[in-house]
Amino acid sequence: MSKPRLATIWLDGCSGCHMSLLDMDERLFDITERVDIVYGALVDVKEFPEDVDVTLVEGAISSEDDLRKIYEVRRNTRVLVSLGDCAVTSNVPGMRNQIGPAAILERAYLENVTINPQLPGPMVPRLLAMSRPVHAVVKVDVFVPGCPPSADLIHSVLDDLISGRVPVTAGVTCFG
Amino acid sequence: MLNLAQIVQSHALSFFYLSSPDLLLGFDSDPALRNLVGVARQTPDLARDGVALRRFGQRIIERLGGKRIHPAWVVPGGVSRPLDASERDSILAEIPDARERAHRTLEWFKKNVASWTEEAAHFGDFPSLYMGLVHEGGNAAYSDGLLRVVDSSGWVMADGVDPRAYDEYLGETVEPWSYLKSTYFKPLGYPAGIYRVGPLARLNVAERLGTSAADAELAEYRDRLGRYPSSSFHYHYARLIEIVHCIDVIDEILSRPDILDPHVRARAQINRNEGVGVSEAPRGVLIHHYKVDDDGLVEWVNLVIATGHNNLAMNRSVLQTARHYIKGDQVKEGMLNRVEAVIRCYDPCLSCSTHAVGQMPLEVDIRDAEGSLLRQVSR
Repeated sequence: MSKPRLATIWLDGCSGCHMSLLDMDERLFDITERVDIVYGALVDVKEFPEDVDVTLVEGAISSEDDLRKIYEVRRNTRVLVSLGDCAVTSNVPGMRNQIGPAAILERAYLENVTINPQLPGPMVPRLLAMSRPVHAVVKVDVFVPGCPPSADLIHSVLDDLISGRVPVTAGVTCFG
Repeated sequence: MLNLAQIVQSHALSFFYLSSPDLLLGFDSDPALRNLVGVARQTPDLARDGVALRRFGQRIIERLGGKRIHPAWVVPGGVSRPLDASERDSILAEIPDARERAHRTLEWFKKNVASWTEEAAHFGDFPSLYMGLVHEGGNAAYSDGLLRVVDSSGWVMADGVDPRAYDEYLGETVEPWSYLKSTYFKPLGYPAGIYRVGPLARLNVAERLGTSAADAELAEYRDRLGRYPSSSFHYHYARLIEIVHCIDVIDEILSRPDILDPHVRARAQINRNEGVGVSEAPRGVLIHHYKVDDDGLVEWVNLVIATGHNNLAMNRSVLQTARHYIKGDQVKEGMLNRVEAVIRCYDPCLSCSTHAVGQMPLEVDIRDAEGSLLRQVSR
């Protein structure tokens, strides 16, 4: 039997969830023996592949680029996991929702600069009006809250999914 | 100590997880295997050293702050709880192992450095300014220091600068093609005021590090590369020396008699509406500037981060690497990988430093002398 195909992707988050994934330390090598990592920060693959069994998604959906990627991920993934508070609630990226992107861009790129004040574009992805959690955009199969979820929790979720079990995260993790 | 532990774990991540696949397996090796798992298959000991050094730093953060990522231990006025003796002893017990692994890696790097001579000559080798924090007397500072700026021949352009005056020396500009702002040294203007921060810059601006083993390594580094190495390839070497140094400083701090002192926090109300904080983050000088109202609610923030300080230099490095390696019709994957690898030297925050694209699409336009597009290659 071929190994399960695992992908990870990082949208609007701080990479803390990916850092927590790395905090599995040596267990990372055990996991990589049991799965093929087909996409993510530690492998050199440029296009999101087809036919992925499990994708861990870190981060909220905040830009047009995030939106394009999450549709592509959903289309090619059997079990989509919202990993961490930004994916689950939009968390810190969502703090801008009451202010709106225009005021934020003006503060950063027109006010707090010395020379060449201008709004970046058009080569950069536009910010969406609202930063939203992943399940507001596509169907999510497993929710793993935490800022970040601990390495032990990520390990047990992966262990469950690789072994064909449905992970239960209720009661074992919380926001923050 | 928290900051030093963070530098150890972050440098281990940068060197072992992200850059060692290029260095060990080769810039031209099969991209499907060019990752940490590939490194673990070829030289398990090196991969294990990387995991262990990162874990060493992360465990210190966990012991001090309660969790490895986003600990809420550092608070206004100090830290939220003191260190207890058993935690101190646990960290001390792990130091000899970490020190041995750090030295072993440095020896491995030095043994192999000659094989990357061509990369060293074309991975962002150009004169620029360097900025970092130093203590009075010239030792490298990772916190509580003053800013020093030197040029590539060692001429001191600014020294003893109170970080609160950062605005007098550093300007910020916006490029239309990036959300990352670029900074420049104001007295030289834009873009002539290009400067670098981080491990390479810190070793250039400081007279010495201040711990004996690391200073011996620094002396050898300067013997090999000159007093002010100007290639960004040497960020790797500088990073490994800093790991040795940070481990030894952690050891020193833990051996101080007052390390278990329970008086770890002063409490006060808002007595000032504006403040600037600066430290050396793993990637370089980090400046936080806040304005708060009388209730302490934040009203305005400006963050000047290491990757922004290095933005102009990263762009110039990419251009140099691309011009050297991408020639003619035969554009091989390994050439394009080098264009990405030069960015990894700076260890910018993970989205740019990793191999994953969607996160970093690479497109190279090859133009003739008149500027007409001959070919476009991407990976």
